Amino acid sequence: MAAPLLEVENLQVHFETEDGLVKAVDGISYTVDRGQTLGIVGESGSGKSVSSLTVMGLTRARNARITGTVRFDGKDLLGTSEEDMRQIRGNDIAMIFQDPLSSLHPFYKVGAQIAEGVQAHRDVSKAQAWDRAVEMLSLVGIPEPRKRADAYPHEFSGGMRQRAMIAMALANDPKLLIADEPTTALDVTVQAQILELIERLQSEFDTAVVVITHDLGVVAEMADEIAVMYAGRIVEKANTDTIFAAPEHPYTWGLLSSIPRLDAPRDEELVPIAGRPPSLINLPGGCSFHPRCPYVREAHTKVDPELKPVPGAPGHEVACLLDSSVRRKLWSELRSGVKPAEARSDVMEEAR
Amino acid sequence: MAAYIARRLLWAGFLLFVISCITFVIFSVLPAGDPAVARAGRSPSPELVEIIRVQLGLDKSKPEQFVNYIADILPFLGGNGINFGFSYQTNTDVLPEILERLPVTIFLTTGAVILWLAIGIPVGMLSAVKTGSWMDRLAMGVALLFISAPVYFLGLVAIFLFADDIGRFPILPGNSAYGDADSLLGRAEALIMPWCVLAAAFAAIYARFLRGNLIDTLQEDYIRTARAKGLSERRVVFRHGVRAAITPIVTLLGLDIGILLGGAILTETVFNIPGIGRYAFNAINLSDLPVIQGTVLFGAFFIVMMSLLVDILYAFIDPRVRY
Amino acid sequence: MAARSPLQLFWRRFRKDKVALSALVFIALLILVAIFAPVIRSVVGIPDPGERSTDALDAFGLPLGPTAAHPFGVDDIGRDILARVLDGARLSLTVAFIGTGLSVLIGVTAGMIAGFYRGWVDTVIARVIDVLLAFPVLLLGLGLASACSTKEGCLGGALQPGRTIVIFIIVLSTSPYVARIIRGQVLSLREKEFVEAARSLGAGNMRIIFREILPNLVAPIIVYASLFIPANILLEASLSFLGVGVRDQPSWGQMLADATGKVDSAWWFMFFPGMALLLTVLAFNLVGDGMQDALNPKGNKQR
Repeated sequence: MAAPLLEVENLQVHFETEDGLVKAVDGISYTVDRGQTLGIVGESGSGKSVSSLTVMGLTRARNARITGTVRFDGKDLLGTSEEDMRQIRGNDIAMIFQDPLSSLHPFYKVGAQIAEGVQAHRDVSKAQAWDRAVEMLSLVGIPEPRKRADAYPHEFSGGMRQRAMIAMALANDPKLLIADEPTTALDVTVQAQILELIERLQSEFDTAVVVITHDLGVVAEMADEIAVMYAGRIVEKANTDTIFAAPEHPYTWGLLSSIPRLDAPRDEELVPIAGRPPSLINLPGGCSFHPRCPYVREAHTKVDPELKPVPGAPGHEVACLLDSSVRRKLWSELRSGVKPAEARSDVMEEAR
Repeated sequence: MAAYIARRLLWAGFLLFVISCITFVIFSVLPAGDPAVARAGRSPSPELVEIIRVQLGLDKSKPEQFVNYIADILPFLGGNGINFGFSYQTNTDVLPEILERLPVTIFLTTGAVILWLAIGIPVGMLSAVKTGSWMDRLAMGVALLFISAPVYFLGLVAIFLFADDIGRFPILPGNSAYGDADSLLGRAEALIMPWCVLAAAFAAIYARFLRGNLIDTLQEDYIRTARAKGLSERRVVFRHGVRAAITPIVTLLGLDIGILLGGAILTETVFNIPGIGRYAFNAINLSDLPVIQGTVLFGAFFIVMMSLLVDILYAFIDPRVRY
Repeated sequence: MAARSPLQLFWRRFRKDKVALSALVFIALLILVAIFAPVIRSVVGIPDPGERSTDALDAFGLPLGPTAAHPFGVDDIGRDILARVLDGARLSLTVAFIGTGLSVLIGVTAGMIAGFYRGWVDTVIARVIDVLLAFPVLLLGLGLASACSTKEGCLGGALQPGRTIVIFIIVLSTSPYVARIIRGQVLSLREKEFVEAARSLGAGNMRIIFREILPNLVAPIIVYASLFIPANILLEASLSFLGVGVRDQPSWGQMLADATGKVDSAWWFMFFPGMALLLTVLAFNLVGDGMQDALNPKGNKQR
């Protein structure tokens, strides 16, 4: 098989602040193949956005310390000059953001904002760039694209704005699209349309996609692989089916149980994950998740788990100190309706 | 758009009316001194005061006086047309006196505006782009100093240092040079020092304002989008950042121009420039109330008109405002 | 307790700004100087501000520069400039503090009522604020001050020229800004969880206003007050410079006006009051800037 399109290896992004070192991203690795979709899932502050902005070379804070490797199409991006990065941004790698209203410039026409991106990378005339903008707007399903290109962002609805953002991102036919919470700011009904649109265009353009979200439901349909991030690390990584069918990290279980399921009885309560995400300055010792983990044991507060392959499950990696057999048992009990607190006593006893 | 402009026009009209009312109260109701006595000059006979009282309509009731006063300002109400009253001191119409001095004030204002924009905007932009650099610190330190220095003190120091008659480094025409100049060039030369002094504080205010705005703007999501598109940093900062950050400057500029056109009273006083401000200052010293009233009304008119202009202009430069 | 933590945080950040901190010390000293001006005069051994020392004028009646007897020199009629600058500090600070204090009191009250009760009260107050802000208040203030500057005064002599009118103009021009800022803050605060929580616990309006909302306004009020004080010091000086401000006691603005024609013969006449004014305003501006940064470390909003 050919080399992956994007290869992130042991990426660390730390910020030096007055209050201490913020380890926003603390050694993550993942790969994305051409045409594939990776979902990065985690709460806010888990480092998922920072890591992808770093891939784009947009982590600009002076106090940022970035180490590790980011290889794109065989090229080391972290060592690339700003001018060369500029050539890559918006051309080979494009990005769409959470809030399409604040992400579009309020003073320029939508068509102009798309055309501007085309002209930045293609040697085309203004009129050609404008035509491309109109073409893209029609491609993303905006009615009367020639007329709408002449409108300002505030004259668009939320969903239309995000469509325009997608049009802007794909105008140069990028190899990789990074979508940072692409549907969070939108109405529920519009969310599905936008996801569908991204999926459709992805297959049409054969673009690789990284979708960043706090909501596993968003990536359930479209992702090939999912990486779950917690406190700057990847705690579980597997193909999408495995994440939903046989997850092995307690945090992933928490994320899954906070999604409403269509097949579940209506009165089943959603269980949010207890506690808050940790401060990235004073990470808890041992496993960072231990203060919120229902299955925590004494040793977990001392030993820092590494991301390790799950025995007998190729491509599935988990950073958890519990034994794989215990994890499977716990998961099957959770699925059959046992509450975490109840599961604790017997299974944990056995594990000891 | 039309509705928006109509609303702003109505608002400006309303403001002008309220201002006229308040001016009437300030100058015709509040003062305890008798205007007829003030007009009559030194030790007048009681008969003369009485004649003047009738002449000025002061024998009428306050409401009647008010109607006459409004009619004097508004030509279409059947009064004598625009009439700001007569000076006690020179017994001349106030309005022509103001209009005669207007070009001087416009000349002073225009030069200063150009100067402070030419300095304030680039300094503000550079400071924002290079936040925290020694250049930024220096520029902002100097800016704060100029903001803290009252224009008349700065003016006096400038005259002390540079005026060609009394200065320690006599390189520029000093106090009263404007009145003595007989050519346009000579007048412009006479205004060099006032322009610089007047522009100093404003340049500082604009630089600080733009810097703060631009720093905030560069944190916006749409700036991140512009970078994600792969635009050059120069284009990101200037076309996307500055375009948004500079827009509120229009409001600031409009109001400041309005205020200065109504009389750059402090600057004109220090440098003895025969503009509207100086006219008002002299009137204050002589307690010449009709002149003060006229200049206040005239200045207020300019301020309201400029802010109306700014509001309308804004609808063109910020597409979101066209509600 | 709720009142303390934001304020403590604010102070901790402010303390790190050495320049602003030194400016604050300068202001503290200035206030002491203003309070103890008479004591300082007798210690330094200079005459009262109104006393004319004819021996300090030369044979042609022109004032002499700084000497041991008159460290800052004397003015054109022989009054000691140091003594007058000291008294000017008293006036300047009193007027600016009282004016700003009253503006804050009125502005906060109006802004709180508008923001908290909303409805028609808010509409009325917001309209009044709009009118006042669109108004050439300073120009009208100048008119008012000069109209009342005739020896007869205003309102049948009730409103005399001097400090009262200057303070009145300060309040008129400053309080609408305060009211607008506070109104905005209250509008957002009243929707916050802790206010909801207090309400659900059965707290009455007064309790919510004084126990929940007001403590959260303390830091912004201090910051905005610190930004308005230097502006108001300049306003008083400018009115006095134009001859419509304070006349019955020494004011820096009025001293500068008196010095206008004597820049050549007596530089000290304009230099010392001017520097006093400049340094005072600069110190307040530095403190204001520091406080604004401390309140809002990320933002860079300048007035």
